[in-house]
Amino acid sequence: MRTILYLIRKEFLQIFRDRFIGKAIFGVPIVQMLLLVPAVTFEIKNVKLCIIDRDMTTESRELVSRLEGSTFFKVRFSTFSEPEGNDLLHRGKCDMILQIPSGFGKEQGLAQPGKIFVSINAINAVNAQLSLAYLTGVIRDYNLKVLTDNTDPGFLQLPPQIEVTNRYWYNELLNYKFYMLPGVLGILILAIGFVLAGLNLVKEKESGTIEQINVTPVKKYQFITAKMVPFLIIGLVDLSIGLIIGRLAFGIPFEGSIALLFLCSAIFMTALLGLALLISTFSGTQQQYMFSAFLFIIVFVLMSGVFTPADSMPVWAQKINLINPAAYIMRINRMVMLKGSTFHDLGRDIISLTMVAIVFTTLAVNRYRKTA
Amino acid sequence: MQKIIEASDINMSFGDVKALRNISFDVNESDIFGFIGPDGAGKTTLFRIIATLLIPDEGELKVLGLDSVSDYKELRKNIGYMPGRFSLYQDLSVEENLNFYATVFGTTVSENYDLIAEIYSHIEPFKKRLAGKLSGGMKQKLALSCALIHKPKLLILDEPTTGVDAVSRVEFWEMLRKLKEYNITIIVSTPYMDEAMRCNRVALIQNGSILSIDDPQKIKEGFSRKLFSVRAPEKFKLINVLRDYPGIVTAYPFGDSVHITFHTDKLDMTLYDHLKKSGIENAVITETDPGIEDRFLELMLNE
Repeated sequence: MRTILYLIRKEFLQIFRDRFIGKAIFGVPIVQMLLLVPAVTFEIKNVKLCIIDRDMTTESRELVSRLEGSTFFKVRFSTFSEPEGNDLLHRGKCDMILQIPSGFGKEQGLAQPGKIFVSINAINAVNAQLSLAYLTGVIRDYNLKVLTDNTDPGFLQLPPQIEVTNRYWYNELLNYKFYMLPGVLGILILAIGFVLAGLNLVKEKESGTIEQINVTPVKKYQFITAKMVPFLIIGLVDLSIGLIIGRLAFGIPFEGSIALLFLCSAIFMTALLGLALLISTFSGTQQQYMFSAFLFIIVFVLMSGVFTPADSMPVWAQKINLINPAAYIMRINRMVMLKGSTFHDLGRDIISLTMVAIVFTTLAVNRYRKTA
Repeated sequence: MQKIIEASDINMSFGDVKALRNISFDVNESDIFGFIGPDGAGKTTLFRIIATLLIPDEGELKVLGLDSVSDYKELRKNIGYMPGRFSLYQDLSVEENLNFYATVFGTTVSENYDLIAEIYSHIEPFKKRLAGKLSGGMKQKLALSCALIHKPKLLILDEPTTGVDAVSRVEFWEMLRKLKEYNITIIVSTPYMDEAMRCNRVALIQNGSILSIDDPQKIKEGFSRKLFSVRAPEKFKLINVLRDYPGIVTAYPFGDSVHITFHTDKLDMTLYDHLKKSGIENAVITETDPGIEDRFLELMLNE
């Protein structure tokens, strides 16, 4: 035990002796939080519209003015030429073209369905679908108005309609930051665990210090523990910094138990550190390590569900996520922070994550050889 | 006397490269046992095997009476290893490095301080300095202190004097000599032939094979011919001319002279004329005592 404590002390001494790393481990979480949380958002504002109104009637103008009134749309261009509209779309000047054919108003007067045509830039499929959804919303309101205007309330009853009123649970204001922040907290400690811890062991190999350690009676588990614990502590300190920033800068709610969040993050860190040390036993140089670690970081982060829901990924991808620690922590963080889930609710995820951590760490201890 | 190392028929290959071939030797207690040989001879590989860092392909190795492969854990408590490359933590101070190695060996600096006192006293004034900022000689003293701090029975020094200035080298060997008082056996490798004389036993190693093991004095005496030294201003030309001369067996550069041997083992006076004809004036030829290097070169030739 005394040996482990001394080894850990030595790691801390070295980490903080490096002036850059010593500062960066606290600076990085602050920058990440302040940058990523507000920047990565799916909320769509200011969809640039091009209107081709060939009708020019009260009815068509009414529809256009409703679009102008919405916060999502900005009418940037108005033209009568379809090629010009298409050209604007090609050049990225507008995101959506709305064509109102002549006769739109007249057909309404004749109680026939009006027709409009929409072209949307779908390079970003999510954006395109959301824009269309917003547009449909505006048109639905417009339809309703046409219906009421053209019906004599005293004479004819409106057909019965289902009125939808909704409430958004767990994130009532649909604040995207609240959704992103728990995820960013996971990415934050992922970087610390993967980059710092792995490089640390490879550096000992590169500088030859490991050769001197290997001839000492230090045991494998002692050595690996001493390599993991300091980064585990740093990761949890960074998590605290992230939470404080989340609270102060973004007013994030915290429904669940802070202790549970820290417990899960500690298990998450253990899994990452185990894997990082496992990769580093295969790498001879820091370059080799970074290159392979980068692969894991990208795969883990993008598949974790931080940006796109992991549940809608293909089945094989969800299978891969069974060993992706980041996928677990994304779910756990969001559940605990936004929904207030308890240990009981998250039992399955926590047990699976613990198993992943045990497997990675055991492999690392076994792979590490105290020979040259 | 107790045998500290008993090695028999050790073989080691890395892929197609045979690093060690049938290495056998014994090291007695309190020996300073030197492995002398050029770079790439296999010294480091052999030392890493003795330090339990490598497992040999074939052969048996007993160190301190323990099997180097199956009893490596016990063995590691009793050996001090100083790799050829400086392997202490450059970003820790002198003092921190020493404390660190004392702790991982389960001891303290004060417990064995008298053992390292003489060596450590040279660097103690700089104990707050980072190890990476020390000079070559000081690094070497620190590395030696760290290798000794747990009072090992066997000290393994892989080329400890390579890259160290001449004064520090002399000091270093003096320190090793004093360690004999503590019953510490030392094996040391070096590419410098002159350091061989400071060992009490020497193994000459070349291409993974041991050419000879003996008292360095005896190795020198094993030189089979009479040796002559030739001095002349143009050494490079001199060697070529000498090598072309039919009466000469060997001609090797040695410091500022050339060491030669004759088939007849007698100074062939016609050599003077030959040198003069070849444009080398004022050559001085004298008989000289062979050094260990001469014997080494002779053994290499016989291989």
